Amino acid sequence: MAEIQNYTMNFGPQHPAAHGVLRLVLEMDGETVVRADPHVGLLHRATEKLAESKPYNHNIGYLDRLDYMSMMCNEHAYVRAIEQLLGIEPPPRAQYIRTMFDELTRFSNHLLWIASCGIDLGAMTVFLYAFREREMIMDMYEGVSGARMHAAYYRPGGVYRDLPDAMPKYKETRWTKGKDLKRRNEWREGSMLDFIEAFAADVDSKIDEYETLLTNNRIWKQRTVGIGVVSPDKAMQMGFSGVMLRGSGVEWDLRKKQPYAMYDQVDFDVPVGVSGDCYDRYLCRVEEMRQSAKIILQCVDWLKKHPGHVMLKNFKVIPPTREEMKDDMEALIHHFKLFTEGYCVPEGETYAAVEAPKGEFGCYLVSDGANKPFRAHFRAPGFAHLSSMNELAQGHMLADTVAIISTLDLVFGEVDR
Amino acid sequence: MSETAKAISDLFTERFGERVTVGDTQSGITTVEIEVDAWQEVCRALRDEEDFNFEQLTDLCGVDYLSFGQSEWDTEDASQEGFGRGVESLGPGRFDWASRPEAGDMKQRFGVVVHLLSFRHNRRLRIRCFAPDEGMPIVPTLVEIWSSANWYEREAFDLFGIVFEGHPDLRRIMTDYGFTGHPFRKDFPLIGNVAVRYDELKGRIVYEPVEIEPRVTVPRVLRDDSRYKSDEVDQAADARAEEIAAAQGEDKDG
Repeated sequence: MAEIQNYTMNFGPQHPAAHGVLRLVLEMDGETVVRADPHVGLLHRATEKLAESKPYNHNIGYLDRLDYMSMMCNEHAYVRAIEQLLGIEPPPRAQYIRTMFDELTRFSNHLLWIASCGIDLGAMTVFLYAFREREMIMDMYEGVSGARMHAAYYRPGGVYRDLPDAMPKYKETRWTKGKDLKRRNEWREGSMLDFIEAFAADVDSKIDEYETLLTNNRIWKQRTVGIGVVSPDKAMQMGFSGVMLRGSGVEWDLRKKQPYAMYDQVDFDVPVGVSGDCYDRYLCRVEEMRQSAKIILQCVDWLKKHPGHVMLKNFKVIPPTREEMKDDMEALIHHFKLFTEGYCVPEGETYAAVEAPKGEFGCYLVSDGANKPFRAHFRAPGFAHLSSMNELAQGHMLADTVAIISTLDLVFGEVDR
Repeated sequence: MSETAKAISDLFTERFGERVTVGDTQSGITTVEIEVDAWQEVCRALRDEEDFNFEQLTDLCGVDYLSFGQSEWDTEDASQEGFGRGVESLGPGRFDWASRPEAGDMKQRFGVVVHLLSFRHNRRLRIRCFAPDEGMPIVPTLVEIWSSANWYEREAFDLFGIVFEGHPDLRRIMTDYGFTGHPFRKDFPLIGNVAVRYDELKGRIVYEPVEIEPRVTVPRVLRDDSRYKSDEVDQAADARAEEIAAAQGEDKDG
């Protein structure tokens, strides 16, 4: 019999299941993966280097563009690092808003994940369902910051502005009118908090819809159960965090273990997997969505009862309002200084981590006392996850690598930075 | 958190002696500097020994300390003449490749900073070592101790040119295939120097020097006046208050 040699094939960078720009070089023995070698860096934009030449606040916009599926969580890590170096603490209302938007972000990230993972493994419908809800979260982003994706909403010392009193409504068109229009605008009659409350209260039933499609689906289970198993020790050793770690049964969530913002004030559970395969990671993410909704409702409740400032009153870091500028010389000077020079951060180094939807997103910031960071390094969860690709994919079939890549929940904006 | 920080610094001095220097603690994370010769040995102990038990290497990155603490714009004696409109000085990253600054004989230019996490003790630690040689910075690898160091070290090698001795697969990771140079070094220019375009006459792609000139929109400014030193001001005020109180006490005695 003729000897068949292993052959190499390219998976990506243009493959739809490569989630962006992953080039995966696979060494195949028939249809079995012998070695997987991911080539990353196709989306490398040198964010960390750019950050060294910009005043601290200018860099917030870059953070949105790292993991462009969980924008505000990235901002949160960076803003927290600056706050730690400056030694300032935002007011509680800002902290609650941050907690709420972190969870909305987690929700929208998991929605996109479940949608794209479904498509990768041949389930089209869930994509349409998930984007229906995601659109509303985009509306919330837009309502609060003016941008659907790249919000730049968190600032050192708080958040850019308070939640709006009204939500934009749908206008009548040839296709949406009458009863249909009324139904679409039903939640949008009140303030933004009312809208978020209505959304979060209703969303459990929506998650049930996704679960009907997937959880007991025979094909879905065949594609995910027992695929890409990671043992708890391996997960820790390979630098995993977030769902990748919890799916393997390690009980670790920064929101519980090293709480930040207002996570120690809200009540929620952390789902933990058992076998560490793709299916467990799916279950963990679905349960996390339900828990996010629970946290959001608690935050809405608090925010409705406690109006107040959302920004610190500290002109050395936070610019004064336009009104203050008009009749106060001091405020005008501060405004000018902040917008021409920025603020100087005391010499030192810090590391601030948040539990981003994909895992631990950290920001290591070194300051030499200047108005720009001396070195900023962002610890992206996806980078560590992808580096384990070879170990995860070895011995699996080609089609299973798609399931593995998919449940790693990669976004190349943050892997390549 | 501060108590644990104190405990961990005592623990370090007890266990490793002079090979490590315990630095200050910021937001619950202590910085420990480790000599490059003891890098692997100390790290192995940090992973395995009961007191430390750092199961995970969360993050590893290179830092280039060239031009640390240097201003692009002098603010000390500017009040008499006012600021110039443009920034003359060429800070790092704002020059073309030919006029890049010589690094000089800086002893400790490249650092490797590692963040460790212990799930068991719920504790973080920052360790750092400086690569000894300016020409070719070499640091022993940590891949055998924490396998997550693999890609992080590749990244630090790619972007800073720090060579990790003993790394199984030290290839470039972020930059393009066939790239030369290490872009995150401080003496690597921030702007591009060559532009690519298709030349119709020549019928091929040509590389040309760019026409744009580097400029600094917001200069790098270091301020060390008292507003940014509230701690020191507070301490000085406390000290003065004590002095005054003591002086008053003496007056009473007298």
